[in-house]
Amino acid sequence: MEVALNWYLSLSAVLFTIGTLGVLFRRNAIVVLMSVELMLNAVNLTLVALSQSMGDASGQMLVFFAIAVAAAEAAVGLAIVIAIFRSKVTVDITEIDLFKG
Amino acid sequence: MELADAYAAMAGDLPAVVSMMVVAFMGLVMLGVEAFRNDHPSIPWMGAAGLAVAAGWELSQLGAPQGTAFFDTVRTGGYAAFVNLIVLLSALATILLSTPYLNDLKRAYGEVYALIMYATVGMLLLGTANDMISIFVGLETMSVCLYILTGLVREDEGAVESALKYFLLGAFSTGFFLYGIALMYGATGTMVLPEMAEATLGTTSAQLMFWGGLGLFLVGFFFKVSAVPFHMWTPDVYQGSPTPLTGFMSTASKAAAFAALILVLYHAVPSGPASLVLAVVAVVTMVGGNVMALAQSNVKRLLAYSSIAHAGYVLVGLSAGTAAGYSGALFYLLVYAVMNIGAFGVMALLEWDGKQGREQTLDSLAGIGSRRPVLGVAMAVFMFSLIGFPPFGGFIGKWAVFAPAIDAGMTWLAIVGVLMSAVSAYYYLRVVYVFWMQSAADVEAASTFSDSALPRATSGAVGTLVVCALALLVLGVFAGGVLETTAAFFDVSAMAAAP
Repeated sequence: MEVALNWYLSLSAVLFTIGTLGVLFRRNAIVVLMSVELMLNAVNLTLVALSQSMGDASGQMLVFFAIAVAAAEAAVGLAIVIAIFRSKVTVDITEIDLFKG
Repeated sequence: MELADAYAAMAGDLPAVVSMMVVAFMGLVMLGVEAFRNDHPSIPWMGAAGLAVAAGWELSQLGAPQGTAFFDTVRTGGYAAFVNLIVLLSALATILLSTPYLNDLKRAYGEVYALIMYATVGMLLLGTANDMISIFVGLETMSVCLYILTGLVREDEGAVESALKYFLLGAFSTGFFLYGIALMYGATGTMVLPEMAEATLGTTSAQLMFWGGLGLFLVGFFFKVSAVPFHMWTPDVYQGSPTPLTGFMSTASKAAAFAALILVLYHAVPSGPASLVLAVVAVVTMVGGNVMALAQSNVKRLLAYSSIAHAGYVLVGLSAGTAAGYSGALFYLLVYAVMNIGAFGVMALLEWDGKQGREQTLDSLAGIGSRRPVLGVAMAVFMFSLIGFPPFGGFIGKWAVFAPAIDAGMTWLAIVGVLMSAVSAYYYLRVVYVFWMQSAADVEAASTFSDSALPRATSGAVGTLVVCALALLVLGVFAGGVLETTAAFFDVSAMAAAP
């Protein structure tokens, strides 16, 4: 059965929204990181669906770069979270509030 | 096209990316040297040499005709050369300024300089991109390197907190940015910027998709250039990062991001509706940045809010939507890079708290001008230029972005800009006042550190600051030639036409 383009776009819009809400409302830095990954992968789904329906390869090329970037960001992000945990013994982002003004 | 033909075509395009190749190759060599000679003092000089060679190449390309290379993915010619020159010179100044600073912090790792080189490669790609894939790859190469540099002093809780905030908000904005690209791609069927403008948006849903995508794309960009209301991360990140590297991320990355934004607006977007959005963001950014800067007692935090305000001035030029506006913004980015790198460079050499200046107040530096006269004079030049005081470059820069806005019928925008420049004089002049007209004996906080706590100023760092100050004077007095150069990059016939 052929699935219409709109279904893919709607699904990825929903996933993107869930990811955005996760970033805005979760307090654990690791969960926020996961929500960001969800956002990026929702966009990847949009790109692949559009690219497939238009018969144009450049959208899928961007997806490869997006996957590589997401991996690099995850590596750097987890390293930063570990550094935070070493000095503060928490990864709750509401308790990371040194700066004022 | 046959694969062999494609390779032949790409080999012919190699001159378009000479500076990227030189900088990336030098970064790899530095990392190789680091592996065998740990933290060897020659590593920063190798980086500086690579950047200087690349800058020399770009200088020779300033007059070259505009074009594209690698199947329309990067731009060549004068515009690309000018943006690359700003980025390369900022990176060069950063390396020279950070050497004594990092030595003092005992963080002069070879990898730090290599990361500066890789971030520079990302900026070079971002500023010369001609399609959305290049923009994305350039932006992320730059950002990931900057996240690491922010958290360089990983034992300091302020530094890691800055890095975490920068990372989380940067990655969050990347999501919006990428979604914007995806929707614009879906509406137009292409990633190449000039082809986007030519695509016909037949149906209503395609138009909705395009404008929605552009909105998300702009949100991502506003995060990166720290425009209000997407600026929350800026003060915290700037306050906690190593000071010369803060100068780097506030100038070079902003210049590259704005250059990419100019390319998108100029080639891919009909200027009408976007212009009003940009104007509104410009106003709130100028007002927000300047008003919040008034209350700051930490100079790095003050400069962070000032950097937000200056993003607003550049946006004034962009919202004019004319060739003069874009070329004025380009000139402003050059002037801004010189004065802000200088200001952060002076603060780096006046730092005594051992926490990247995170906890030292402006008052503690009372009377420092007479103890460090060269730094004091240089800081005064940077502050007057940031206000936009003649005869320095900042004055011509502000004129170059405000005048096109008036010509485009946005007089109110220019009036807000001039009023906010007047407000900014208060906090910039306070820095000059504290440096020169107060004496350490009058201020209690000033006696808390001894001269030996300040980083040792090397001739390379002080020389860079002197060159920056002189460059501002030259840019202010002989601006005509540079403005003609930037104006020549924008051909009215190539602009995206109104729908």
